[in-house]
Amino acid sequence: MMAEITLIDAVNLALSRAMEEDESVIVLGEDVGIDGGVFRATNGLIEKFGSNRVLDTPLAEGVIAGVSVGAATQGLKPIAEIQFMGFIYPTIDQMVNHASRLRTRTRGRLTCPMVLRAPYGGGIHAPEHHSESTEAMFTHIPGLRTVIPSSPASAYGLLLAAIRDPDPVVFLEPKRIYRAVKEDVVDDGKALPLDSCFVLRPGHDITLVTWGAMIMETMAAAETLAQEGYEAEVIDVATLAPLDMGTILASVERTGRCIIVHEAARNGGYGAEIAARLAEEGLMYLTAPVGRVAGYDTIMPMFRLEDHYMPNEDRILEAARERLEY
Amino acid sequence: MQTVQTFEIGHTQFLNPDGDPIAPLPERSDDRVGAISLYRSMVLTRVFDARSVALQRTGRMGTFASSLGQEAVGAGTAMAMLKEDILIPSFREQAAMLGRGIAIGEYLYYWGGDSRGSDSSGSPLDFPISVPVGSHAPHAAGVALALKLRNEPRVAVCMFGDGATSKGDVYEAMNIAGAWSLPVVFVVSNNQWAISVPREAQTAAETIAQKAIATGFPGEQVDGNDALAVWERASVAIEKARNGGGPHLIEALTYRLCDHTTADDATRYRDDETVSQYWKNDPIARFKSFLTKHHNWTKSEEEKLLEGCNKEVEAGVEAYLASTPLPVSSIFDHLFAELPKDIAAQRSLVIKRAGEGNDG
Repeated sequence: MMAEITLIDAVNLALSRAMEEDESVIVLGEDVGIDGGVFRATNGLIEKFGSNRVLDTPLAEGVIAGVSVGAATQGLKPIAEIQFMGFIYPTIDQMVNHASRLRTRTRGRLTCPMVLRAPYGGGIHAPEHHSESTEAMFTHIPGLRTVIPSSPASAYGLLLAAIRDPDPVVFLEPKRIYRAVKEDVVDDGKALPLDSCFVLRPGHDITLVTWGAMIMETMAAAETLAQEGYEAEVIDVATLAPLDMGTILASVERTGRCIIVHEAARNGGYGAEIAARLAEEGLMYLTAPVGRVAGYDTIMPMFRLEDHYMPNEDRILEAARERLEY
Repeated sequence: MQTVQTFEIGHTQFLNPDGDPIAPLPERSDDRVGAISLYRSMVLTRVFDARSVALQRTGRMGTFASSLGQEAVGAGTAMAMLKEDILIPSFREQAAMLGRGIAIGEYLYYWGGDSRGSDSSGSPLDFPISVPVGSHAPHAAGVALALKLRNEPRVAVCMFGDGATSKGDVYEAMNIAGAWSLPVVFVVSNNQWAISVPREAQTAAETIAQKAIATGFPGEQVDGNDALAVWERASVAIEKARNGGGPHLIEALTYRLCDHTTADDATRYRDDETVSQYWKNDPIARFKSFLTKHHNWTKSEEEKLLEGCNKEVEAGVEAYLASTPLPVSSIFDHLFAELPKDIAAQRSLVIKRAGEGNDG
């Protein structure tokens, strides 16, 4: 069955598919039941699968993650929803101290096949604490996967992969593009590979590395550059950690130039890790310094000024041209 | 103003410090085999704790948290559990863990800095100990959720100390357990101290048991130095949870007779005089008196039991001391079900640096 659907619909479709395929999959979180989630990611699931598998939790993010850890050790596959990334921080103790290390500390006796889903990022004129991009926090934790889709098709395929994965996955959804585009998504149950970058547009002049909603601005920039005679290769990182550095290195070997684009603040952002790896492993490929187009190192502004904070096509083009003319 | 809710917190004690009944004894007090098993668990824990502290003091083990004086809480709780139940313990519940069947040698691995310490081959369903205080309480709720969803007549038993009850994790876990009527029993080893902070500075609540009332299920106190009281009340709570009666909290009042850990010096915050008063309340001496008076426990039985415990601990210590560290590759081997390529390179590197040779 193929249908033109949005990214949020694709999330819903993957959840539904996974729950149909595997009885051990449960969904839990705040308002995920009758309300269908604040973004409607879990819309219709409670009607389809019942209140034993779609659980409205008390309003406490820490225990949503902690209960998921406990349930995951008993053969369930919990998919926990955190309403906004701004509310994810109480889960960090559970994710860092337990979910990420349960397999290691018990040498495989107890495992934690759970997914922690949360919408992240700015650009929807939301209230304070609803727009941050702090994905780098999770990428620093060994034993966790951090996965970010960038389109309806990748949301479907990557979420299925995350749910089927036997280890914990933090799945961050770029909410600015929840409903921005529609795409044909085949509900065939096929997962996309984790731990792999995707080349969205081939090119040989410069590599643009990004993830999540910034794919939109980056693809637009690549289009503009093409009109100027430069072919930019666009890489969607998708699984931030563990990183598929091979794909990025192979690209930069061909292009010699690289810009990393992310919404998150520059300092300690995941772009720093990619840039460092390029310096360590790909310095000889580079004909220009690696660049980062990122959020500023300030508090995510409230929405009247958020457009000034968000990286945009102009900023990507400015950075790209600087490298292309280097 | 109308009164819309009142509550009572019960307290159970059967035996006085001399082992004499101060209340009608429960039926299980006549279970001689069970009582001896409970007693052995406590004695084994005490021998084990003493030996472990000695190992640490002589540089053969890392920091260790003894449970001296609190043995009845864990031993009684473990006695109340069925094999198929699941224990989710904090780091001072060796009495419960030994009662559940964890091997001495395995447990020494944990404090000896070796991940085999969480193998728990004697009680493979149980959780490893949780060090971040109270952070394991939500896991107990999650475990109980899985049991409930599958209609399995099993119970999650979560143990932590009085300090942990100040944490949001514990409140959140109790709250969700109440809201979902989960088969979980929380056992608080209230040993009066969270390192140096005394119980009365920890919370203004008169009892910890009443914190359960706030989350919608019963809480009660037991004399945590009365093994019979712990055994009885934990059994009632666990069987209630098993039969769909929902969660329960037991606050076991006890006293930590030792330092917080081998890295602590308790004389900085409490005087020896106070501690020596609590020795008069020793749970092992009390239960031994009960056994002697109620079950005709003989001197030769006592000697045999002590010898058995000493032998078991020594065998475990010998196994631990004779062991060699795991291969260095093991630091990567269970990170993920399958090691991602990007990390596999680091595994190869650490093997090479350690000179272990690549084992694939």
